[in-house]
Amino acid sequence: MASKFTVSNRTGWLMAGPAVLLIAGFVILPFFLAFAFSFTNQRLISPNATEFVGLSNYRQLLDVTTVTLEPVRDDAGAITMKDGAPEYPSLRTLTRNNPDRPDLAGMREWFSFSLGGEDRTYVLARDVVFLTAVVNTFIFVLIVAPVQAGLALGLALLINQRLRGINVFRAIYFMPVVVSIVVVSLLWRLIYDGQSGLLNNLLGAISFGVIPPVDWLGNPSTALGSIIAMSIWQAVGFHMVIWLSGLQTISPTLYEAAAIEGASKWQVFRYITWPGLRNTAVLILIVITMQAFGLFAQIDVMTSGGPLDSTQTIVFQAIERGYGKQDISGGSAISVILFLIVLSISLIQRWLTREKT
Amino acid sequence: MAMIAADNRGLRLVTRYAVLVLIAIIFIFPLVFMLMSSLKPDQQLLQDSGNLRAFLPVGDISLQNYTDAFQRAPVATFVFNSVLVTGVTVALSLLICSAAGFAFVFVNWKGRNTLLALLLATLILPFETIAIPLLMMVAHLPWVGFDGVSWGWLNSYRVQIIPFIADGLTVFLFVQYFKDLPGELIEAARVEGASWWQIYRKIVMPLSGPIFATAAILKFLVMYNQYLWPLMVTQEEGYRPVMVGLQYFFQLNVAWGEVMAYLSMITVPVLAFYLYLQKAFIASIASTGVKG
Repeated sequence: MASKFTVSNRTGWLMAGPAVLLIAGFVILPFFLAFAFSFTNQRLISPNATEFVGLSNYRQLLDVTTVTLEPVRDDAGAITMKDGAPEYPSLRTLTRNNPDRPDLAGMREWFSFSLGGEDRTYVLARDVVFLTAVVNTFIFVLIVAPVQAGLALGLALLINQRLRGINVFRAIYFMPVVVSIVVVSLLWRLIYDGQSGLLNNLLGAISFGVIPPVDWLGNPSTALGSIIAMSIWQAVGFHMVIWLSGLQTISPTLYEAAAIEGASKWQVFRYITWPGLRNTAVLILIVITMQAFGLFAQIDVMTSGGPLDSTQTIVFQAIERGYGKQDISGGSAISVILFLIVLSISLIQRWLTREKT
Repeated sequence: MAMIAADNRGLRLVTRYAVLVLIAIIFIFPLVFMLMSSLKPDQQLLQDSGNLRAFLPVGDISLQNYTDAFQRAPVATFVFNSVLVTGVTVALSLLICSAAGFAFVFVNWKGRNTLLALLLATLILPFETIAIPLLMMVAHLPWVGFDGVSWGWLNSYRVQIIPFIADGLTVFLFVQYFKDLPGELIEAARVEGASWWQIYRKIVMPLSGPIFATAAILKFLVMYNQYLWPLMVTQEEGYRPVMVGLQYFFQLNVAWGEVMAYLSMITVPVLAFYLYLQKAFIASIASTGVKG
């Protein structure tokens, strides 16, 4: 008995060992290194020794504060107007070499708002670009996750019909998934082109020239939306297939029973199809969310974060610092923040969609 | 009455197909645009993208862009690098991850439950969160070659291969599949004195064709389409794969015809492969959905 056990132990380690070692070395170790580097000033190549810097990388990224300013008044005490709006003192007087406010040194305006009265509140951040990237990434995820999951379900229901040649359509809808996102992004760069792009010409043609051409990727208000639309177009087939495999696990006898009872199409979907897809829905939501947070290639190929930082994303920022500027510690800190966001969101999703008993 | 019913059904069938075709056009038009543009000179390409001619092989059609692309960039090198890196990684991944799956399911050894749980936990780690520390790591790793010890893995094939051989998902797929194999068969073989290697080679592998295909296709797609990692670790064009090689066409003036020819060259073989093995491709994606 004892000898049999040792043999099993050795075989087990011999066969599982290579995979375990590789995953430990190239996935788990870097994960812990990300935490470790984020508390230092590590650079990719540096003549100076690495130092422990505590939380300063995180402070640099996340430091946010507010300042409330009164409008500028002239000698008579009336509010000075500029372009039809009250004028406020320049923030630069506060953030540059101001001995009274050393805490604001180096900060920049993120956005400002006014709560009714004359005063205006300015939200200052040490790293406006990073915070913009966080907001953009959340917008991306919040739009892509439900829309892509919904469209994918629609396509799956469409493809699940019994029609001749339906497999051909399934194959076509899935096609963009096997094409590299880099290739897809480049093609759409031409489609979105501001002057002779296909999209502008199409919109112009169907509206008889009423819709003016738009520089989709060059305009801060349309750039992120354009990338969202393209990303959904590329990946929707992937989740269609997962929905489809969920649909096929639902027993046909349920549908037969519903047909005998004379249930409407909506009733069939509401009471048979949807409950049968519960687990698939949870999985798809989690997978799309995780994939969406990794948004990088589209940005790198199409906009490089611009125009005016309107398409900056968390991963793009992590790569730009960690690789572009060789600032391993800054890039690692962003990676850790990204991981914490992804982890908390998947925990929340799991909790919200848990089996209620 | 019966006539109207039949007509209705016919009409509904036509609408259904119309919807399906319309959606199909949405998914396929950029790829048709790519192929057609690759055949046209730059000036005509840009003119045509204003109308339906963009999707037709009309005008001054030739393979000139393809020849030009080869002259502009070391296309053959990029393709060779991609094929080498993808091929070697897929092969090693199948071997190592299936062996691990085998050990986790069929062999009784200490620590297997803990280790399996650890490997599965890595599934929630997006690659993007470890890319930067991994870059730092590989920039300083040692390597023993024919000419002694060297430091740093940047600009090499190994830096593109070794970190991607084993991953939690592939091991998990094998574990799931092996669990459904008849365990009695393996026990019987053990009793009769077969070695673990014989059992793996002679019993498990012949029964596991579908899962090997699934794992290979998933790994192939990930590796061939990789962009972020090779972008960071290969500065020398001699080691760059096709997706990063694309940058070559954006130095100085951009010739869109050549770009389209290059995109077609690196995409069409994959699409052909997909259309040929369509069922297996779709099944492999679907199988990633059975976890949990």
